[in-house]
Amino acid sequence: MIYRGDPLTGLKILGTGSCVPNHSVTNQMLETVVDTSDDWISSRTGIRSRCIANGDTNLTMAKAAAERAIEAAGIKNSDIEVVLCATITNEYVTPSLSCLLQRELGLNEEVLAFDINAACSGFVYALNTAHSLLQKTSNKYALVVGSEVLSKIMDFTDRNTCVLFGDGSGAVVVKLSRRMPFLFNSGARGDNLVLNCPAIYESNNPFSQNTNEKKAGFLQMDGSEVFRFAVESIKKSIMALLEKAQVSPEEIDHYVLHQANSRIICTAAKRLGAPIERFFMNIEKRGNTSAASIPIALDEMRTSGRLKRGDKLVLSGFGGGLTYGSVYMAW
Amino acid sequence: MNTFDSVKALVVETLGCEENDVTLETNLKDDLGADSLTAVEMIMVLEDEFDIMIPEEASRDIETVGDLVNLVQSLL
Repeated sequence: MIYRGDPLTGLKILGTGSCVPNHSVTNQMLETVVDTSDDWISSRTGIRSRCIANGDTNLTMAKAAAERAIEAAGIKNSDIEVVLCATITNEYVTPSLSCLLQRELGLNEEVLAFDINAACSGFVYALNTAHSLLQKTSNKYALVVGSEVLSKIMDFTDRNTCVLFGDGSGAVVVKLSRRMPFLFNSGARGDNLVLNCPAIYESNNPFSQNTNEKKAGFLQMDGSEVFRFAVESIKKSIMALLEKAQVSPEEIDHYVLHQANSRIICTAAKRLGAPIERFFMNIEKRGNTSAASIPIALDEMRTSGRLKRGDKLVLSGFGGGLTYGSVYMAW
Repeated sequence: MNTFDSVKALVVETLGCEENDVTLETNLKDDLGADSLTAVEMIMVLEDEFDIMIPEEASRDIETVGDLVNLVQSLL
């Protein structure tokens, strides 16, 4: 689906924030848990360590990331009208992480607050949803968060998945803009075989035969198929987006792709014909933090001075659903 | 250019190896250090270049450059 932003209704990121757990788990530490090696993990993924929550929760990290983004934006908490959290690892089915943030941040009760489940594409889906919703509000600010505690849904006996993921949160504060562009492109290809994580509901319902069936709520995936889906969908989504924007791949200053695997990013860069130096990567220390990876990357880019006013950005997510989505905007 | 030459050029480009190291007997994993992800990338490159669809089952049996050439020829 292609959404063309009206020239007068682009989107501007006013502030970013992030929070990752202090506890870093190296590949060597994983070698003591599953049959794997630093060389196997780093050569196939680019990951050398990841941060794992040890006392932090999805809410404490999301709150810290949001507070930093709000501070960087220089706005008041009461100016926020929309709160969207992209997560698949909220502590509750209800209340949503977004509602809990309303309480923790002391936001107005009149906010529109709900979570978005689009796995690793969640942040770009949320950003687009925020862009749409702001046009229906009195044009204030939206808080968009990507936050995950993926270590909760890892099977630490499965060496094909548990080495890949990390925990963390990233947040941005956005506002509609007259000057900034905003274009979005997305897709969904329903599939529960390539990548899935079953929900666990313990039930004592006496009227159904199936409800006592206990499933382990672990994420499972076919790495090769995900790799293929990712590379194909990134190229398709970004090419369609840039065509709409009438911008060539070389004109983009920063490609901020979901940090799933450095090999995916390198292969996608090659197929897009864009220089690899334009593709930010922090996967070496962060692992795959799903919906949190893009806002964490944006915050690290901002705080390290890599983003200059007017820089053209492409954000692109891909993952469970299967879903993909890309955003074209400017800093 | 015959199929072998075209496949060879793509193997060299994708895996970053020397042209002289690529024969029909060359084993992608043992001789060229390809892993499962490189294999997927190789399949995607071949699909693009020859405008073919390589079925997933077929791609799992590939071991040598010759296997790639035979697979491509069977789908052309």
